[in-house]
Amino acid sequence: MTKIVFVDHAGKSRQVEADDGSTVMETALRNSIPGIEAECGGACACATCHVYVDEAWFEKLGKPEQMEEDMLDFAFDVRPTSRLSCQIKVSPALDGLTVTTPEKQG
Amino acid sequence: MTDIIKTDVVIVGAGPVGLFAVFELGLLDLRCHLIDILPRAGGQCSELYPEKPIYDIPGFPVVTGQAIVDNLMKQIEPFNPTFHFNEQVEGLEVLGTPEAPLFRVTTDAGQVFETKVVIVAAGGGSFQPKRPPVAGIEDYEGKSVFYAVRKMETFRGKKVLIVGGGDSALDWTLNLQPIAERVTLMHRRDDFRAAPHSVNAMRELVAAGKLDLVIGQMTGLKGENGMLSAVSAKDNKNVAFDIDCNAMMPFFGLTMKLGPIANWGLHLHENLVPVDTAKFESSTPGIFAVGDINTYPGKLKLILSGFHEVALAAQRAHHYVYPEKKLLFQYTTSSTNLQKKLGVA
Ligand SMILES: Cc1cc2nc3c(=O)[nH]c(=O)nc-3n(C[C@H](O)[C@H](O)[C@H](O)COP(=O)(O)OP(=O)(O)OC[C@H]3O[C@@H](n4cnc5c(N)ncnc54)[C@H](O)[C@@H]3O)c2cc1C
Ligand code: FES
Repeated sequence: MTKIVFVDHAGKSRQVEADDGSTVMETALRNSIPGIEAECGGACACATCHVYVDEAWFEKLGKPEQMEEDMLDFAFDVRPTSRLSCQIKVSPALDGLTVTTPEKQG
Repeated sequence: MTDIIKTDVVIVGAGPVGLFAVFELGLLDLRCHLIDILPRAGGQCSELYPEKPIYDIPGFPVVTGQAIVDNLMKQIEPFNPTFHFNEQVEGLEVLGTPEAPLFRVTTDAGQVFETKVVIVAAGGGSFQPKRPPVAGIEDYEGKSVFYAVRKMETFRGKKVLIVGGGDSALDWTLNLQPIAERVTLMHRRDDFRAAPHSVNAMRELVAAGKLDLVIGQMTGLKGENGMLSAVSAKDNKNVAFDIDCNAMMPFFGLTMKLGPIANWGLHLHENLVPVDTAKFESSTPGIFAVGDINTYPGKLKLILSGFHEVALAAQRAHHYVYPEKKLLFQYTTSSTNLQKKLGVA
């Protein structure tokens, strides 16, 4: 089990257990984390699973693929640490990963 | 005013389930018109996951979202359905009685239908442009903020800001540039996913000084009474600036919204239409709901469930259109009657 920390836009944080091999988006939905809509169910086709990855973790995750970078065009208030959480696969190496959810997905 | 179209069945939504409804209804001699707000058939399959594999369509170990739609289009060809794309169904009025239903269906393009049966196959609702989450944008919509171009003339002599980096954004940038007083294109990065030839055309106009390209993101709107005077933005270093404009078109993709269905007098439960599981009919006789838009005990939002639902709904729909005729159960494999309709006998 890998621990993931979700911080909401107001700064309140919650730590949850994530299944390795699932995605950060799926983990959010399973734990009813507000601020993640995931309208397309993880197909990288909606950008409503947008999160800001903690600076310390961003490098470790590696760069988003071209498809994800393109889909980020549909997100709002995109920052250098923006990612689509359906494209981040949970693994033991991500234990303690911290992401912040935006105020609105649009 | 266009003529009223009289038909047996109007299908609201041309997703996979609406498409297969044409087949099941067609076998029973019912003529269908399909209406979708999108410019093409396929609903979620084409819009959200055209390239992704589906593994649970019976008889297909694997098929992509677009391939299932293409196959459905081929399968319903013999029944010659009429498609009305780029139109949203707005109104649904009851004209008939529960025994002899008749409905008036109207679209936002002014088309009117008179139909004996309505099949609501609206899925997760209408695909609609995403609204940027900037304060007060609702007040500007339709006056100086537009998500689509109905008439190019609206933009003549205007200072237009177009936001986005895909094909819609680039196409409208290029189309409006000769008409508008000035067009500014804003995108969050200097990299565009639109077709390369439109990106090249855009860059040429920028180089010639005929178009402004700005890298940044929208943060707010300035203006009054729905008329924009400027859009506030920030660049990638968080430096704020304003863009002078009196019209704006944001292109941030599509989202599903229930839309006008809520106003049709149907009984709704959490934005879904409750139906029985023998006929998949709503609380109004003659109006059926199939696919993702309906709900009943045990409902699964699967394509295969929708296919089953339309087969049963068609049986009841037949009764409304041909009250005197008795339905005979037949197989497509062995019935020459059905095979004639399919054009294979
Ligand atoms: C990423 C993803 C993966 C999926 N994978 C599978 C899978 O593996 N297997 C499976 O069985 N299912 C899968 N699904 C679910 C499947 O796509 C849906 O069950 C299916 O699309 C429902 O079909 P539908 O025809 O009911 O509605 P939709 O596909 O949602 O189509 C409804 C159409 O109606 C239109 N519409 C709605 N209201 C109006 C109106 N008022 N006027 C005009 N047009 C209107 C919409 O624009 C839309 O085009 C998946 C879904 C997603 C998002
Ligand atoms: S869930 Fe739609 S892009 Fe991630």
